[in-house]
Amino acid sequence: MQLDTLQSISTPEGIRLDIRVAGPMVRFLAWVIDACFRMAIVIAFIFALLPFGKLGSGFWLILMFLLEWFYPVIFEIYYHGATPGKKIMGILVMKEDGAPMTWSASLLRNILRFVDFLPIFYGFALVSMLLRQDFKRLGDLSAGTLVIYAEPNPISPTEPNAESLALTFPLSIEMQRAIIDYSQRSQQFSEQRQQELADMIPVLTGDQAQNRIQRLHGIAKWLLNKS
Amino acid sequence: MSQQTFESKNQLFWQDFEKLLSALEQGKATGKMQLTEFPRLYRQLCHQLAFAQNRQYSPYLIDRLNHLVLRGHQQLYQQKAGYNPQILFYITTGFPRLIRQEAIYLWMACFMFYGSLLIMGAVVYQWPEMIYSLLTSDQVLTMESMYQPDKDVIGRDRESDSDFYMFGHYIKNNIGIGFQTFAGGILGGLGTLFYLLYNGLFLGAVAGHLTRIGYDQTFYSFIIGHGAFELTAIVLMGMAGLKLGYALIAPKQKTYIQSLKEAGSIVIQIVYGASLFFLIAAFIEAFWSSSTLLPNMVKYIVGSGFWLLVIAYLGLAGR
Repeated sequence: MQLDTLQSISTPEGIRLDIRVAGPMVRFLAWVIDACFRMAIVIAFIFALLPFGKLGSGFWLILMFLLEWFYPVIFEIYYHGATPGKKIMGILVMKEDGAPMTWSASLLRNILRFVDFLPIFYGFALVSMLLRQDFKRLGDLSAGTLVIYAEPNPISPTEPNAESLALTFPLSIEMQRAIIDYSQRSQQFSEQRQQELADMIPVLTGDQAQNRIQRLHGIAKWLLNKS
Repeated sequence: MSQQTFESKNQLFWQDFEKLLSALEQGKATGKMQLTEFPRLYRQLCHQLAFAQNRQYSPYLIDRLNHLVLRGHQQLYQQKAGYNPQILFYITTGFPRLIRQEAIYLWMACFMFYGSLLIMGAVVYQWPEMIYSLLTSDQVLTMESMYQPDKDVIGRDRESDSDFYMFGHYIKNNIGIGFQTFAGGILGGLGTLFYLLYNGLFLGAVAGHLTRIGYDQTFYSFIIGHGAFELTAIVLMGMAGLKLGYALIAPKQKTYIQSLKEAGSIVIQIVYGASLFFLIAAFIEAFWSSSTLLPNMVKYIVGSGFWLLVIAYLGLAGR
């Protein structure tokens, strides 16, 4: 069973791109930020248009309409798929084939937001997202769009403080990732947990229990400097 | 090839590619040479990623290439924003053709909307108290005061309202309801059905009531002009919603998701056209229909002209 949210898309060039899809919670937070932002715009324009009487009210109504339906559309098209809320939460929306958003896709997913919001507060959206591995709400399903984490340029990992330990056999890429991640994150969990994890793979970490953590760091160092 | 050789051989290439990417993302015009070169460079990068994945090079390297390819992919496969000459073609030809192609849904939407309108109109005309099954007595009084024959301005109560305010009001309300009518289609068409029937019954009740109490001249002369566009727009939005709903009810040989996606890409084009209809309707309703300077005869003639125009456009344009 897959525990993380890593998904891959195939491109016309015949390669596989790895992306991380964004779940309901982070999207909800992005929505809250956008809601505040929209509220601020509404209030600002109330004061700005107040002196213009009925003419100003007319403009204000049109503005309300645009904010209600087109606020996400404009940002998705012109700001690399992210509304301000999404930008702050580090997520963005794109077509499921990896291409940037188009007008049709964006408009469709945002008009259907009306139904996603039913019956109360994004009820349908939540059900749809929880039923699927790629967290699509109804609008995303129809428009063929995907909300993903905007991963920053990967930073080069820090060298583990250990003697490099070369293996004589190759490791799968998943295995390599697991060992390097273990080494990079080992400060974040307790000594006992580190030992427990290292004990699970005696094939790599050897028979002596006290050396196992150090050996894993060594393998990680070798993997990072592999030539 | 060892990873180190691979990296040292391509390091410069990756740096150059990233520079080009940043320039493209910021929309800074780069040399024509670079732009025509970009697809080739991108494909080369794809090849390198596939190579690195296949050779099980270190995860950091693969992540870096993955990141570069994703950014490149977004640049290469984006659609150019800005003025599109296809818009004109879509208005003159594409949209009416699409409507005729999907005409079955148009007739279904027409049947539900105008059917419920006519039935409700006849019912209220015959049994006046039936209007209270749909409207509150306050709403009925408001309607009556709007279309009193001896008023200066007909339509919504607007002694002090400027036309532009009403324009904004119509845009916000009507297009909003149009979008909702369409969006309801994803519930297997049920939401669309509700909006079509509700709006049909409501309008029918008002029309039947006002006709019965003799306010028909003010009422019909008011709605005939923008009605050509507004009522058609509601039906068009309903049509789009029904098609979306039918894609879920009967996906045929496709999966539900596939069927929904295919229908989605078609119906959104109907929504574009219907929105344009709503916009025209709001304009006419705010600046033309409410005028009391024009004799009713002029309004009837021009209004009928609008109806003929809409029917001719949807039926004949682009044949």
